[in-house]
Amino acid sequence: MINLRVILAFLSLLFIFQSPAWSETVSREQIKGLDEQVQDIKKDVLAISSELKLLEEKLLFPSNTQVSLFISVVKNSQYTPDAVQIKIDDKAVAHHIYSFKEVGALQRGGVQRIYTGNLRAGEHKIDIDVKGRKTNSELETSRSSFSIKKDVGAKLVEISLGSGDSLIELKER
Amino acid sequence: MKKLILFLISSVVITTSTAVLSKANNKDLYFSEGLFYAYQEDYFDAISRLDAELGQYYGLDEPELNTLHQYINHAEFSIGDFELYYRMHKRAGRAIKSVIEADVEDTVRNEAVYRLAKIFHQKQQPENALETINKIRGKVGDKIFYDLELLKAQIYISNKRFTDAIGILEDIESISKVEGFSGYNLAIAYIGNDNIEKGILQLDKVGQIVSNDKTVLAIKDKANLVLGYKLMENKRPQEAVKYFQRIRLDGPFSNKALLGLGWANIAAENYQRALVPWTILSKRKVTDPAVQEVLSGLPFTYGKLQAHGQAAVLYGHALESYSRELESLDASIKSIREGKFLKAIVREEYKKDKNWLINLRNLPEAPETHYLMSLLASNDFQESLKNYFDLVQLGKKIASWDGYLDAYSEIIETRKQYYTPLFPSIQDKFRSLDSRMKLRQAQQEKVSNRLNHMLIAPRPDYLATAGERIFLENISVLEKKLKKQNQFNAEVESRIARLRGFINWNIEIDYQQRFIEAHENFKQLEDGFIQLDQVYRSFVRTRQAATQSYIGYDDTIQQLKIRISQADEKIKLLLARQGYMLERMAVLNLQEQRKRIEELQIKSRFALAESYDRAVKAQQNEDIEKLKKLTPDSKQQSGPESGKTENSQSENTETAKPEPESAASETVGDSQ
Repeated sequence: MINLRVILAFLSLLFIFQSPAWSETVSREQIKGLDEQVQDIKKDVLAISSELKLLEEKLLFPSNTQVSLFISVVKNSQYTPDAVQIKIDDKAVAHHIYSFKEVGALQRGGVQRIYTGNLRAGEHKIDIDVKGRKTNSELETSRSSFSIKKDVGAKLVEISLGSGDSLIELKER
Repeated sequence: MKKLILFLISSVVITTSTAVLSKANNKDLYFSEGLFYAYQEDYFDAISRLDAELGQYYGLDEPELNTLHQYINHAEFSIGDFELYYRMHKRAGRAIKSVIEADVEDTVRNEAVYRLAKIFHQKQQPENALETINKIRGKVGDKIFYDLELLKAQIYISNKRFTDAIGILEDIESISKVEGFSGYNLAIAYIGNDNIEKGILQLDKVGQIVSNDKTVLAIKDKANLVLGYKLMENKRPQEAVKYFQRIRLDGPFSNKALLGLGWANIAAENYQRALVPWTILSKRKVTDPAVQEVLSGLPFTYGKLQAHGQAAVLYGHALESYSRELESLDASIKSIREGKFLKAIVREEYKKDKNWLINLRNLPEAPETHYLMSLLASNDFQESLKNYFDLVQLGKKIASWDGYLDAYSEIIETRKQYYTPLFPSIQDKFRSLDSRMKLRQAQQEKVSNRLNHMLIAPRPDYLATAGERIFLENISVLEKKLKKQNQFNAEVESRIARLRGFINWNIEIDYQQRFIEAHENFKQLEDGFIQLDQVYRSFVRTRQAATQSYIGYDDTIQQLKIRISQADEKIKLLLARQGYMLERMAVLNLQEQRKRIEELQIKSRFALAESYDRAVKAQQNEDIEKLKKLTPDSKQQSGPESGKTENSQSENTETAKPEPESAASETVGDSQ
């Protein structure tokens, strides 16, 4: 008899642990209904965000003058960027210090748009300073200068880090 | 800041490298930018950026020339995937569905099927999940192969197709990627298939897995807990003990395991052994229901061991704890009703990484957050909390955008004021230059045609120099004049012909050379025209860009302002509703806890009184025994009678005093 009583008590205890107290007064339907409304507003806000991005690009960076700089890390290079500074025509335009999450995202193949601005058509000089680590090595600063040609269309430049001795490679689009 | 300083001052090896320019590969930078945000679990930005890119892609005249073209299916799939992570199941379901129906590679489509089936499974829609998973066909990517098999088995279990599930799970049980989960589900499938003994053996097997993986260890603990509970249910408490003992003392199931271990020992009447786990448990955080339960369970056990004094002291401690908890619960309920709970948890620093939910444990101790962990144990509460955080985040974005639009309007107005007075004069100059350019272009075209024609029909006269042309013209004038004066005789005619012949001879002789030079000159002219055309086009584009920099935005900005305002209102409304729901869930949960503690408190009070009675009686018996030893005659007078009375009193007391929630049942059972 003792065992049965104890077991029943134990079962009721487990039941108490597993049943939320609000289940009777806040129904699953209510939770689901509100969740769907939250999803709908997320959809609306995302649509606004996309339109704003397009508007911003059109208004502030028209394609005839637009130049965008992207930072990527060569996949499987184990290069860990710490900070980046970029100058265009001797004028500092961007600098960034990387967080742990950003480094992880770059190493997995993500690309960071570090700068979007406007440039006249013609030749321009880009100076890049990168501070980072190769696998288990000391912090090292790499510097490179490049020349890019801006034509009439939007110019996209990928700065690829961690490849070869220079650790900096430029890919023009 | 520290990092920046280090960046600036640290001594480093500086390598000034030779610039390496390479040809661009075919990566789509904007798609990869979306991935950059997704990999950081910033799904809002990932979706928003990828959405904008997809919008532009579909607006192109020749999208196949865009670098996104070769990734379009991947991008469509990814956006659905991100939406799923952003807990937009409705939209993600549609997006992934479109990929399933599209003509894509088997691996891509099957991954989409997997994701969609997973959504249905998570949303507890087993039929839809089964229908979706049946769409798997062809090759499955290595990345999801075993996850898919496991999901398939789980869906079969949900649809009560246990035999099918067993078939799959037996095959993948030994695969390390799904270790623990496959074995646990296999046990569930055996039990579902009425093969209880096999299920128990399987749970036992899972409960002995050796691993360093936290999730595997958690499922191992769960298997042992379920097994212990199952054995208790089947009246086999002695066997249950070893399974409760296998559970880690620092795992998520440790409190339940310690409680179960105590009960298993008590059921087996090993009261002494029940004391060890319950003493450990009684020192843990009292907000946990298992700890609250054990506070009265522990003195009950001492009572069973006839240590009534100790039991009374512990009941006293339990009552103090219950009183404190009730006060704390009342303070928490009051604080939550005052809105402090939501304010406390909506703090940026706790949501910086993916373990933000766990980080909430580090919130400063306050009435509103005192019971947070017990609330977070519910999936519904967690999901509602995430929704609340998402709404707060959306509200912040909306607030910042309103400022953006005002700034854009200002930029547009400034541009308008700058360009409007400039345009009329620029337009006049442009028209004049434009007509001159068109004239020159027509001339260039004429010369081009003439030169091309001369390749077929040589015309040396076209290549005469200016001097030669003047000379020939002078000869013609002279000829006419002599004819008019009647001085044109044979000799004159011959001389004029000789002069003409001399010039024409030179022209004819030099024709090839002159033709080559003419072509070279024309080519230079063409180069000049190309440059002129570039300047012209650049000017047209600049003029167009200048016009477009302030014309045609008013409607867009106005519409966006309206949409932002509507979204803002909706967010505020939803935030209030979601917040109210959270507070209600929290308060109801705490009220339920309060009710339980009150019940424990009442039972403990009775038990405390009983323990005192028993302790006093025990003391009295002891004193009587001492007296008997001192006065041997009295034994005959009062001994048997008083002993009888004590026993009957003790029994009556035991019958009258209820024990703590679980222990009370046992006491009643004993007396009966």
